[in-house]
Amino acid sequence: MDHERYDDTYIRAILRETKIIAMVGASSNWNRPSYFAMKYLQRKGFRVIPVNPREAGKEILGETVYASLAEVPDKIDMVDVFRNSEAAGPVADEAVAVGAKILWMQLGVRNDAAAARAEAAGLKVVMNRCPKIEFGRLSREIGWMGINTGVISSKRRSQL
Amino acid sequence: MADTPSYGFETLAVHAGAAPDPVTGSRATPIHQTTAFVFDDVDHAASLFNLQVFGNIYTRLTNPTVAVLEQRLAGLEGGRGAVAAASGHSAQMMAFHVLMEAGDHFIAAKQLYGGSLTQFGQSFKKFGWDATTVDATNVQNFRDAMRPNTKAIFIENLANPGGVVVDVEAVAAVAHEAGVPLIVDNTLATPFLARPFEWGADIVVHSLTKFLGGHGNSLGGMVVESGKFDWAQNDKYPSLTEPNASYHGLKFYETFGDMAYSVAIRAQSLRDLGPALSPMNAFLILTGIETLPLRMERHCDNALKVAEFLEAHPKVDWVSYAGLKSSRFYDLGKKYLPRGAGAVFTFGVKGGFESGVTIVENVELISHLANIGDTRSLIIHPASTTHRQLGEAELIAAGAGPDVVRLSVGIETVDDIIRDLDQALSRV
Ligand SMILES: Cc1ncc(COP(=O)(O)O)c(C=O)c1O
Repeated sequence: MDHERYDDTYIRAILRETKIIAMVGASSNWNRPSYFAMKYLQRKGFRVIPVNPREAGKEILGETVYASLAEVPDKIDMVDVFRNSEAAGPVADEAVAVGAKILWMQLGVRNDAAAARAEAAGLKVVMNRCPKIEFGRLSREIGWMGINTGVISSKRRSQL
Repeated sequence: MADTPSYGFETLAVHAGAAPDPVTGSRATPIHQTTAFVFDDVDHAASLFNLQVFGNIYTRLTNPTVAVLEQRLAGLEGGRGAVAAASGHSAQMMAFHVLMEAGDHFIAAKQLYGGSLTQFGQSFKKFGWDATTVDATNVQNFRDAMRPNTKAIFIENLANPGGVVVDVEAVAAVAHEAGVPLIVDNTLATPFLARPFEWGADIVVHSLTKFLGGHGNSLGGMVVESGKFDWAQNDKYPSLTEPNASYHGLKFYETFGDMAYSVAIRAQSLRDLGPALSPMNAFLILTGIETLPLRMERHCDNALKVAEFLEAHPKVDWVSYAGLKSSRFYDLGKKYLPRGAGAVFTFGVKGGFESGVTIVENVELISHLANIGDTRSLIIHPASTTHRQLGEAELIAAGAGPDVVRLSVGIETVDDIIRDLDQALSRV
């Protein structure tokens, strides 16, 4: 798997099959990037479950925060890593342990060894991307802000 | 990090940013002639105002028709994002607004459109923005003018009006040594002839009024960002890296990453300075851009033939067109403008100021007016018009001395353009 660039079809399939996202490193501070992403993904119909030991038991955007992935009672489709590249290693192993299907590391986060372990366990992996930005790009919504989506389509409906 | 298939320039010129309207199926981009957009509910409204979701609030900030044009330019330049403005000048103002604080400094080429020199030297001074202008034909001049409070370098890669080609790659290196972005005004070349990001530029500005719109019917401007500049490498750019009070402490670079500059222009400069492009103009410019590649080819072919004609004419002293082998910019032109040296250039007529006036007053097909980049051929005598605000020394430095006539060669039959110039020259 080439992690320098991903085909749109790969990202699109991941975003289509995902219903529940566990966001590791979610913050209750509304001007943090993780909060922006959570708020956006919720509006797009994803359920986002925050995971952060420092905020455990609190609520973020109507969802209870859990201390670890293992404590999340629901079946997790995607683990979205809002931690640094090093911390992404153990998170990847926990993602495998809880049976997640997708491991997604945020913009600026990349851990090739962790990605290899997750892929060996059958997970799909995305690194150094943001699901909010990718959703916005493939749905062309981000274009409303003048951002280059690179997407050209003669279809009436957006491709997500 | 491009994840999508890459399309050819001509495809992007027709399609980038546009899609059939999801509700009606309209294939042409609809003109969203509205000031405001309804919210779904109060939470949606709050999320929009906090920049947490994408969507439209008010046309001063975003508009769906204008957004298609913004994406079109970002696509054509190979940039990350773009913000449209009501004119090229207001685009320049916004490009600097996010970078500069009062008391800051930037370096600009001397070889610029006269209006830009005036904007920098007079109006920007009132904001406390200090510009040093240097001769851009010697790259060392930029290095020498660098100060601790310098925030950017600004050049025209193909300068108006003189047919000057600047060594973009070398100037970008000077900017990056100092940790500041290079801003390139790519108006005269258009992305069809030159894509400054490929040579290290960080920000591109346009007057869409010229070749991009291309039909002389609409003013417009654009700021495009490459998305590659690291705004946190030093502490020069607090508007991008420090908490913003009007967004409750949001840090633009941290939150928006490689699109932080364009989001900040929209959320700070467009919001507060207000030079929004009208949807109608955006539509007209978009329509123009669809034929940009075809027009630019013809513009360049015609310009070269007209330049060759003038160079051989006994009443013409010199022609400054980078497409001519006699030009000192011929080699730089081959490197930076391989598809053609544009269609705007100057020539010196024997007899100076008076002869210049004679020519512009006697052309019949070519229009005597202050614009460039129209389908129609245009002519002006800068010393008596566009560059009139400048003193004699500045006039010469800007390539607009008393004998200088500027042409913007249109896409008419080239023999007709040449015949018209010939008869006007015969009166000199
Ligand atoms: C190179 C260049 N930049 C900027 C501008 C300013 O653009 P506008 O007239 O759209 O404000 C012009 C206008 O002539 C120009 O030629």
